[in-house]
Amino acid sequence: MDPMDAIKATYFQECDELLGDLEQGLLALELGTGDSETVNAVFRAVHSVKGGAGAFGFEELVTFAHVFETALDDLRSGRRAAEPALIKTMLRAADVLADFVVAARNGTSPDEARGRSVAQELAMAEEPAAPIVERRTDEFGFAPVVVEFDLPALESTPSPWQVRLQPLSAMYAKGHDAILFLRELGRLGEAHTTLIDDELPPFDQLDPDKSYLRWEIELPADVDRVRIEEIFDFVGDDCLVSITQGAVEPATSTPAAIVEAVIVEAPSAPQQVPLVSVPLEQKADVAAAAAASPTIRVDLDRVDRMIDLVGELVINQAMIAQRVTESGIARSSAVAIGLEELEHLTREIQDSVMAIRAQPVRSVFQRMPRLVREISAATGKLVRLVTDGEATEVDKTVIERLSDPITHMLRNAIDHGLEGPDQRLQAGKPAEGVVRLAACHRSGRIVIEVSDDGKGIDRPRVRDIAIAKGLIAPEAQLTDEEADNLIFLPGFSTAAAVSNISGRGVGMDVVKRSIQALGGRIAISSKPGQGSTFTMSLPLTLAVLDGMVVSVAGQTYVAPLTAVLESLQPKPADIRRIGPQQAVLSIRGAHVPLIDVAVALGLRDHPIDPATGIVLLVESEIGGRAAMVVEAIHGQRQVVIKSLEANYRHVNGIAAATILGDGRVALILDVDTIIEHQAGKAEPMRFARAS
Amino acid sequence: MTEPVTSTPTTQELISFRIDDQEFCLDVMSVREIRGWTLTTVLPNTPRYVRGVINLRGAVLPVLDLKDRLGLGQTDAQQRSVIIVVRSRDKLVGLLVDAVSDILTVETAMVQPTPKVGCETVSQFIRGIIAVEGRMISWIAIEDIVPGEQMDAAA
Repeated sequence: MDPMDAIKATYFQECDELLGDLEQGLLALELGTGDSETVNAVFRAVHSVKGGAGAFGFEELVTFAHVFETALDDLRSGRRAAEPALIKTMLRAADVLADFVVAARNGTSPDEARGRSVAQELAMAEEPAAPIVERRTDEFGFAPVVVEFDLPALESTPSPWQVRLQPLSAMYAKGHDAILFLRELGRLGEAHTTLIDDELPPFDQLDPDKSYLRWEIELPADVDRVRIEEIFDFVGDDCLVSITQGAVEPATSTPAAIVEAVIVEAPSAPQQVPLVSVPLEQKADVAAAAAASPTIRVDLDRVDRMIDLVGELVINQAMIAQRVTESGIARSSAVAIGLEELEHLTREIQDSVMAIRAQPVRSVFQRMPRLVREISAATGKLVRLVTDGEATEVDKTVIERLSDPITHMLRNAIDHGLEGPDQRLQAGKPAEGVVRLAACHRSGRIVIEVSDDGKGIDRPRVRDIAIAKGLIAPEAQLTDEEADNLIFLPGFSTAAAVSNISGRGVGMDVVKRSIQALGGRIAISSKPGQGSTFTMSLPLTLAVLDGMVVSVAGQTYVAPLTAVLESLQPKPADIRRIGPQQAVLSIRGAHVPLIDVAVALGLRDHPIDPATGIVLLVESEIGGRAAMVVEAIHGQRQVVIKSLEANYRHVNGIAAATILGDGRVALILDVDTIIEHQAGKAEPMRFARAS
Repeated sequence: MTEPVTSTPTTQELISFRIDDQEFCLDVMSVREIRGWTLTTVLPNTPRYVRGVINLRGAVLPVLDLKDRLGLGQTDAQQRSVIIVVRSRDKLVGLLVDAVSDILTVETAMVQPTPKVGCETVSQFIRGIIAVEGRMISWIAIEDIVPGEQMDAAA
């Protein structure tokens, strides 16, 4: 990769984080939980985005970020109050800024019209009384660029730029040279350079390692400030730079937000006046970074590679263990004991490596406030999003797949769940609806809940739709739970039934299927008039799985342990035939359907007698409990999940593949699909009469 | 009729193999490796020509019975059968064949369009035929041999 591209990539990575911080900060301000430090953090975020953008020459981004920064600066200095209206505008500005960053990353041109209108709003909301003189105390020494608005009469008397340059000895120590800056400045326009050598000691006292010289360079006013700043982007703290636009008459009628200047003391006594400037990157950033626990940034590919290798290690370790057992070495022998230790160690390595890739769900949750704002604007419903458990960690592979289902569930909650403000008031609820997005760990899985305080699922209507679409029989008796879960049926939601917000052509059945493909489950519970809750649970990682190794039709399969409630050898007396061809297993008074896995997978036509096999009692989200008949169980083991889709495609009834100790591929059963498939099968399964 | 082959290189290296008494070939550039037959793990709910999956150094590799795919009946996989690992549309796929016979270098001009014999399998899977030393070799269109996502209905 081109080094510049690498730097750019890093910049965009940082942008993502900064934009996240920005939004979090603004949201805190909106809730009133923010303080002056929050405002500073927000300002720094925009400032850093702008700084980097300047370095890479993303003009539009710089322009917009600058207007935003100016408005934030007013907020920071107390010239403007954090009124809800202003914060709302700023939240929208944050969205626009994010769009501009994306545009810069993709090399496309951003929606400038939108940018302009928001920028105008930011500038207009400015209190007109703010006298320009007060603006001089910009502690960052940052005089903004001229921003072009569609405003009339932009009348300013442009005065030349004054650039003051004071290299510190550290700068020279790092191999930079002031002459390079002077040369670059000279390229921007006609530069008048003055050397200030008043600190230069007599020759006998001169320390050759010290920096004594300063320069003042005057540049034409039409030079873009950003281009001047660009030159100093790489020196950081090692060179004090101030860029000012010479004495501006305070009398100019220019709107404050458009052209402003930081006026530095006249250089009458330069030796006493410390330069007002601050190094280009502010110290606050450094301090904040130092406070956080030390981290390193690692390329994800390297971590992925490591996880793959550890996966191979686990497989290899299992292979050796199997060979050792096969060779008849006693369990108490030194080899077997050593091997056991190796197994513990392998598992620990695996856990640690997986922990590296684990990330808090915050990165996904952070994207949601914007979505909610947009849906809220589109539907005219007032929504407040409450998030909880952002720190819940889950593997990166899962994080990436969380965004779509959460997005969909939120859309659904606002669009279908919440009522309009009037309706809510009528129902005796506050006009503003609350949507709660929460994450937590529960029994080795991550659980994501999206709940709203809306009207709940309209069961009679759902039922009518399901009957109209032929999904259920008109006389079907459904429990409330069953009625709620109808929305997950394929074909329930169609383009006609959903609005363009929830819709996007994707029904809840697709969401459900995509979650199931990850080994997850989704369910809904609803109370009429009080709202509904979607609960989605996913494995913490898509890399490993605890499974039960079983035989089905002579082949080895793995059943995910999370689905298996218990395994048992059924007594012939507990197997009851029901109807002409089906059978159920009576277990502690309850009757669960028996499913022959081999038949369900199409591996043979006729089921074996369940009494000769082993039954896995499993639980699925929609099909309830079922008893899966397999031929034998070979024990439990942690397996490394291998994708079938990588080289082939999804296979019905199979969740993924793995490689077992003998080096052969074993398939991981998709329990939910098998049960569902079985339940919905037109031709019911036939069970051999127990003989 | 459109040209079945791109015109960029003038010669092409092809790997040829026999299925019964017919000769077929593949572009050598799409071949990653050739390995001996190993028992596959059978995939359920899958067309018969998919013989299952094997472990290819940690990756799960589907193995297709090429003979069956071409509608010539199932291959009787034996010790001497081979699996040609090819890359097609970013996926690795194993093709089960009886044996590899030859590597040929042919000029692009030697590739003739597939004759219209009124058989869909032929027109779908054969991108052209090559006449060398009195033999007729059918050039297999790898992309069409490997089932795509949309062919799930075949299960």
